[in-house]
Amino acid sequence: MIDWFNNLDATTKALIFTGLKAVVCFAVMMTMVAYTVVLERRLCAWIQDRIGPNRVGPLGLLQPAADGIKAFFKEEVTPAHVRKVFFTVAPMIALIPAILNLAVIPFGSNLGGQKMVLADLNVGILYTFGIVSLGVYSIVLAGYASNSKFPFLGGIRSTAQMISYEIAMGMSVIPIFLFVGSLNLSDVIGAQAGTARWLPILPNWFVFQSPMTLLAFCVFLVAAFAETNRTPFDLPEAEQELAGGYNIEYSAIKFAMFFMGEYAAMILVSAIMVTLFLGGWTLPWWGLDQPAETFGVGVLHIGIFLGKVFAFLVLFVWIRWMWPRFRYDQLMNLGWLRFIPIALANILITAVWLWWKSRN
Amino acid sequence: MATDILFYVFAIATLLFGALVVANPFSRNPVTSAMFLVLTIVSMAGLFVLLHAFFLAAVQVVVYAGAVMVLFLFVIMLLDLKEEERRKIKKTGFITGLVAVAAIVGVFIRSLLATRPGQDLTGTAVGDTASLGRLLFTNYLLPFEIVSILLLVAMVGVILLSKKDLK
Repeated sequence: MIDWFNNLDATTKALIFTGLKAVVCFAVMMTMVAYTVVLERRLCAWIQDRIGPNRVGPLGLLQPAADGIKAFFKEEVTPAHVRKVFFTVAPMIALIPAILNLAVIPFGSNLGGQKMVLADLNVGILYTFGIVSLGVYSIVLAGYASNSKFPFLGGIRSTAQMISYEIAMGMSVIPIFLFVGSLNLSDVIGAQAGTARWLPILPNWFVFQSPMTLLAFCVFLVAAFAETNRTPFDLPEAEQELAGGYNIEYSAIKFAMFFMGEYAAMILVSAIMVTLFLGGWTLPWWGLDQPAETFGVGVLHIGIFLGKVFAFLVLFVWIRWMWPRFRYDQLMNLGWLRFIPIALANILITAVWLWWKSRN
Repeated sequence: MATDILFYVFAIATLLFGALVVANPFSRNPVTSAMFLVLTIVSMAGLFVLLHAFFLAAVQVVVYAGAVMVLFLFVIMLLDLKEEERRKIKKTGFITGLVAVAAIVGVFIRSLLATRPGQDLTGTAVGDTASLGRLLFTNYLLPFEIVSILLLVAMVGVILLSKKDLK
């Protein structure tokens, strides 16, 4: 077996390893989606002083299996008044962007000589934004295909919201790339090694590196909440006013796919934030900010990355159950009149600061 | 070899989806047309990737598929689609469209006849963002700035039109 493998040429080996990485990434992502749902239900129960789902398996850990089986075996109702093709396609599109984006996220350093990223593109972040911006189609099409009032309103709201916040999101990361001088996500992680220059106890992550990058992080974090339609920006699916928004007419597995898409987008956006602002797989201590030499350190790096992503997921869930929802005009004002000017000013200040520094 | 196959896949997809945007035998729904236009744009991004122009490919998807087409859909969804589906093709529209297509085909044929395969290629296509930026801010600075002013003018015009009572 080993001999057969060693005899293969480099291209075939690379293909096999990439395929393997893709399959493992996909499996880990889907497991995380399933357990983020459990996390959400348990945490919200604790916040509301309840117990939450704890019956299926030890500590309720088999709950995702029960939910999945239920979704598959439920009767699927397709209302008579919908536009059939779009109605079927929309839930499928919901999952695709998050899965495609997995390809450029560096989720670890090395593992047995293999780089732990599927595609180390030199335009990494632009690819990410391109794919993220396609996510809006599932919601728009669902709203349109359902052919009734509430889903339509949900679809319209979501389109306006996502376009508005995408601009703020895209502009907020430009200062980071001015500092790094490259769009490649592995280079971004490389620029965050070591400890902060002004206070050596803190890691040299972009959150702590300078006021400009901290501001960029704040804008990006808020835009991320808006992009994933999470509270306090969950107006497209506001239960009280729209009875659920774009997914009212959906049932069984199609509904579950929208649900999974939302959680996959959350995980993905957390992974992007970890990579851009929190140092990716690095920790500044014990030499963990350099690419791994041994197998054990490689695994540890992946663990660090997943730990940071998990922290963000807890933040997402926590905020959802503690905060009220914005009003629609407030949401638009915040996006266009606050965040876009702030992000623009941030780009200008960073550029001037870097120019001034390069002259001294 | 694989690149050749991918080129034909993306080229055929671009042409097929492009044709379905304007002449779809199954549906005259504008939303369907818009979605096929999105697919056309994405397959064209695939062609850019095959030319190693990663930046162009990414920007194509971000700007056209992600922003412009979403706005298109937004507007189309607010229109009266029933009336749009019943509308007949007008004679003037047909003639002007035909003339435009003939003009474009003429330009293509001229430029195709003027080049020989494998020659007249100046410089290599580098998908690197830095080199593209350097070119834009040195050799092509004036056209670049003129385009920005054009966009600014369009923006000011829109604001002026939408705020008619603005004194």
